[in-house]
Amino acid sequence: MNTSMIEHYGDELYAALLNRQPVEPLTRREPGITLDDAYQIQLRMIRRRLDAGETVIGKKIGITSQAVMDMLGVDQPDFGHLLSGMVFNEGEPVDTAKLIAPRAEAEVAFVLARDLCGPGITAADVLRATDCVMPCFEIVDSRIKDWKIKIQDTVADNASCGVLTLGCTQRSPRELDLALAGMVLEKNGEVISTSCGASVQGSPVNAVAWLANTLGRLGIALKAGEVILSGSQSPLVPVVPGDSLYCHVGGLGSTLVRFI
Amino acid sequence: MPLDAQTTATIAERLESAELHARRITQITDGHSDMSWDDAYAIQDALRARKEARSHKTVGFKCGLISPVEMKKMGVTGPCFGFLSDYMNCAEGSDIDCSRLIQPKAQAQICIVTKAPLRGPGCHVGAVMAAIDLVIPGVEIIDSRYCDSRCDFQGLIADNISAARFVIGGRPRNADELDLRTLGVVMEKNGKIAALAAGAAVLGHPAIAVAMLANHLGARGQELAAGSFVMTGGVTEATEVRAGDHVTARFQDLGSVNVRLV
Repeated sequence: MNTSMIEHYGDELYAALLNRQPVEPLTRREPGITLDDAYQIQLRMIRRRLDAGETVIGKKIGITSQAVMDMLGVDQPDFGHLLSGMVFNEGEPVDTAKLIAPRAEAEVAFVLARDLCGPGITAADVLRATDCVMPCFEIVDSRIKDWKIKIQDTVADNASCGVLTLGCTQRSPRELDLALAGMVLEKNGEVISTSCGASVQGSPVNAVAWLANTLGRLGIALKAGEVILSGSQSPLVPVVPGDSLYCHVGGLGSTLVRFI
Repeated sequence: MPLDAQTTATIAERLESAELHARRITQITDGHSDMSWDDAYAIQDALRARKEARSHKTVGFKCGLISPVEMKKMGVTGPCFGFLSDYMNCAEGSDIDCSRLIQPKAQAQICIVTKAPLRGPGCHVGAVMAAIDLVIPGVEIIDSRYCDSRCDFQGLIADNISAARFVIGGRPRNADELDLRTLGVVMEKNGKIAALAAGAAVLGHPAIAVAMLANHLGARGQELAAGSFVMTGGVTEATEVRAGDHVTARFQDLGSVNVRLV
């Protein structure tokens, strides 16, 4: 795909984000679109947001569970950028009217104390470079009409990232077995899913190592202070105004998010 | 009208014969469509009496139907209970012979042993937590004796909630060292993840299953004695297993339990 097409689709997705008007799947209009094209389109969309005043605060890892990989016919995760305008703190309600078709995912976020630059990053490097882990929600959203996404569509659309809320509790990953830390997700007071860290690439630590190595091949480092969302440990939960979600992570603590 | 003693004994004999010969049978509720829960538990009691008469000691209890999804499928709102006999217990590392089973499935279990008696009605989570001597991880091999998979609550109770084999091991701990609600569990079959869960999958908290067991026994004039072993219910989904499979369940803070099927 040539530069002008990349810019065209990146700008189109940026407009879709601003206007909350989803667009037809890119894969339907550009059957030959590659994964590299899709990441280039994502970077164009991010560029537009940075030009409008946002800053990069971290990355998200998507498609981390075997079930979602199978659904999209891929054998590895994807990633997107976290920007300053996406962050909500615990207790701040999330206004669904500012999103298109929001769905919530419960995750564990990593905050880095040191840069991580692949290739060659192992789980041990991730643990050493991590300042703390925190429970969080990622509210994913799709600028593609009706979530009709193939892998290239979601990658171009910043890995379907919407907004995120970070909990108010944190621990060093050295104090936890993140693969076995259980997660209980409640919606409006009812337990709707239980899982544990192993649902994400065997361990959320592995997902972060994957990201560092994948970005390393592109010459990009994960930076000290960045927030890394390691991937969903719950199913996608559609949300509407009035919903509240509570997520408890064994040995780490809990966080909640409320939608208006 | 409750089942008469003769019919109860006949059905128990039929169920146990199916278990011992690893042979499927048709639903026992066929022809007894008005069978009540009490009838079903009476059959289970008769089954237990048959085993005890052959010197098989009853070594514990198990809870079944502890997830809202399973309850909905069965059209009930609460769990059900069964007993565990000594011969069902297999040492970790020993081989479980699948030729003695019909259609085995494995599920991870958070198990407890009590240090004080629990007597319902009115038994609650606080009383259970105070009465837990230790928490121990386990894997249960369930094996329905029925040839169809029809959802039938009475049939399930009479068949002792498909109890067949169980293995415990890992790293037992005191209850106050654990958060049973968020305790993560991974069950792997032949090295691949087969199921994932946290303790809340068991009725919201595994201690609730024990409280409901004590209340169930209390309603029948019995108590859960000190030293009782209880499997609180399949925290993960059950996964089909066969000869040659190897199942490992890993538990947060409780180590792991390995099961080999031959």
